[in-house]
Amino acid sequence: MRVMAQMAMVMNLDKCIGCHTCSVTCKQAWTNRTGVEYVWFNNVETRPGQGYPRRYEDQERWRGGWELNKKGRLALKAGGRFKKLITIFANPVLPSLDDYYEPWTYDYETLTNAPLQDHTPVARPKSLISGKDMKISWSANWDDDLGGSAEHGEKDVLLNEVSEKIKLEFEQTFMFYLPRICEHCLNPSCAASCPSGAIYKREEDGIVLVDQDRCRGWRMCVTGCPYKKVYFNHRTGKAEKCTFCFPRIEVGLPTVCSETCVGRLRYIGLVLYDADKVLEAASTPDDTGLYEAQRQVFLDPNDPEVVAAAERADIPRDWIEAAQRSPIHALINTYKVALPLHPEYRTMPMVWYIPPLSPVVDAVRDTGQDAEDHRNLFAAVDALRIPVDYLAQLFTAGDPAPVDAVLRRLAAMRAYMRDINLGREPDASIPEAVGMGEEQMYDMYRLLALAKYDERYVIPTAHAEQAHQLEELATECSLDYEGGPGMGGSGPFGEASGGAAPIAVENYLALRDRQLSDTPATPADKGTRVNLLNWDGKGSPPGLFPPGDGDRPGSPDSGGEVEPKP
Amino acid sequence: MTASAQYLPLAVESGTGGILLWVALPYVSLAVFVLGHMWRYRYDKFGWTTRSSQLYERRLLRIGSPLFHFGILFVLLGHIGGLLIPASWTDAVGISEHTYHVLAVVVGTIAGVCTVGGLAILIYRRRTVGPVFSATTRNDKAMYLSLAVTIGLGLAATVAANIVGGGYNYRETISPWFRSVFYLRPDADLMTGIPVLFQLHAVSALLLFAAWPFTRLVHMLTAPLGYLTRPYIVYRSRDTQLGSRAPHRGWERIR
Repeated sequence: MRVMAQMAMVMNLDKCIGCHTCSVTCKQAWTNRTGVEYVWFNNVETRPGQGYPRRYEDQERWRGGWELNKKGRLALKAGGRFKKLITIFANPVLPSLDDYYEPWTYDYETLTNAPLQDHTPVARPKSLISGKDMKISWSANWDDDLGGSAEHGEKDVLLNEVSEKIKLEFEQTFMFYLPRICEHCLNPSCAASCPSGAIYKREEDGIVLVDQDRCRGWRMCVTGCPYKKVYFNHRTGKAEKCTFCFPRIEVGLPTVCSETCVGRLRYIGLVLYDADKVLEAASTPDDTGLYEAQRQVFLDPNDPEVVAAAERADIPRDWIEAAQRSPIHALINTYKVALPLHPEYRTMPMVWYIPPLSPVVDAVRDTGQDAEDHRNLFAAVDALRIPVDYLAQLFTAGDPAPVDAVLRRLAAMRAYMRDINLGREPDASIPEAVGMGEEQMYDMYRLLALAKYDERYVIPTAHAEQAHQLEELATECSLDYEGGPGMGGSGPFGEASGGAAPIAVENYLALRDRQLSDTPATPADKGTRVNLLNWDGKGSPPGLFPPGDGDRPGSPDSGGEVEPKP
Repeated sequence: MTASAQYLPLAVESGTGGILLWVALPYVSLAVFVLGHMWRYRYDKFGWTTRSSQLYERRLLRIGSPLFHFGILFVLLGHIGGLLIPASWTDAVGISEHTYHVLAVVVGTIAGVCTVGGLAILIYRRRTVGPVFSATTRNDKAMYLSLAVTIGLGLAATVAANIVGGGYNYRETISPWFRSVFYLRPDADLMTGIPVLFQLHAVSALLLFAAWPFTRLVHMLTAPLGYLTRPYIVYRSRDTQLGSRAPHRGWERIR
């Protein structure tokens, strides 16, 4: 047994309202640069739909992920080492920009520069690739909310797997959103495809990263990733991918997409797994066996043997404790409500999903029946093959049984909790029907419905903060007194002098304190240094706004001065 | 780089010009090549890439790029065979001068045509495909020019020697000179009497090598041959250094 820790995520799809806040904040944090205009480390897809890039799930075309070769051994679907080197001069299956979309901006200057004329000037769309006028015809979420599905609907790869009859009823039946980030797989095919060895998996937390100094732009990772979550920066000529916001994770903060998620549907935590069993699990002969095989790779962090092995593997004590409290472990292995996305790609993905029950509930409600009654819901899960089959294509390589079981468990929770909320006697037979105890069902409800920030995100720090404090002690600037030049980020020789500011662990910790505190602003016992970047809109912390004229602090006419005084 | 023509009169006679061209220039070029790469690797790892434009245009690249690259690899092999391996060695294994010559001309012509054809497609693509052209820097243009000139001169020299002149045995002049540079006993006299096109080709190649570390051609030196032997999944420990600057002495992390 070789214990390794993996930072993982679970998303509860029932709660996703498709607002794209995660995508936008991720973009602002990571990919608002030239060369990555078309890159969405996080995107939200409407299902059924084509996804981004278009039809990325069609692995017969894109050749992503792993497959079993004739000998039953795991091999890269796009070809092994030798084939990769032979085709290195022109990757035969690289998606072109058309498969993503041509990024554009608008010619806003015309709006202010245009001479006086009869017609209102317009800002024309300009391609960010060629710089010329362009007609916008596609984007990252063009088919959002089933938009244009009459035209594009049948291009959904998974729909082709589901039978003809279902296709026609589909649109009326259900729709849900699927937020996607990099899966930070246990068996990453992007890393295996990289000729330079620039993509690596971090030993400590399993985050898969691209070493920008070692990437040579051979583009094989883009093909290798079946989720198409490695992107090519066309300005720098390097591959870029979701980083799981590792600078935040290292100090115990959730990723930007999770932090800003309006529906609070994301959970982050550790999973302990046995690295020796990964290859065997990924080589499971039957596609439909992969979900169960991957679950078997995960270790029970409460098992004393596992704890001992983890300690031998130099996993810090607080990491093991975090793994024991991990919401991910609970959702995947204790309650068994989370499922992996496309396990048939055999990469052992580590961003899992709780499939949406809402389509089933909606369908029952539309019939006029009681949509909270577990008997109705159970019957509907069985009868409504359409959502179940589609979800099975997404999460279990087509096997409806696990999806069925999850939906029944969610339905049972719904019905059981209604009785409690209405003050009726709880019905123990409901959890029993899905193989759960009453207490366990309530705990699951707590985790899915009530869990607060520190329960949804159980992230042990990388012990970076300590090292950093040591560093700061040694390097403290003598001008860093209150109101001194050091406080405003300016050195003795003006703005930006005195070297770069160190990574802002202090800011991160302050933000974390504020998220975990119950008072809306400036808790007395917590760090309160705030700037515009980490201000969350709660109150007006001291130092953030320039001092007003006494009676009206922060009033608009208190002067536009924002520069720190030297 | 393209000013090689002005050296021509000096090249014909052995003397100061000959020494400069066939003794000084090779060493300068070699030194810049080696030290330049070391400097680039230390200070510009982020810029060390193929700068692929496949995302912009696929159709022409699919033909042109493999054609050029495989062509130039065979040309490279040919140069190694012709310049590094002495005629006495090939004689020793029983390859006659005639066999060698026929082999070199046939394989060389095929590889040369592939290279030039691929390069033509790539240059055409670079000029005519809008996004590719707008991603082309001045550095790229200079590189393309010197590369094209070098390849063109090389092909011209071979064609001229074999079709017009009935063959030229460079293994008696250019090859010994090339090796003599590495023996540290450079013999400029060997190069003075050879056909002008070969001289021009050699000079342009030396200039290209000197420019090499400062262009996108650096990607050749990191051809990913290690991929054949390394394990598929690379595991790496988190950087020992946390934060944006190195810890000060005495404050390093204890693992």
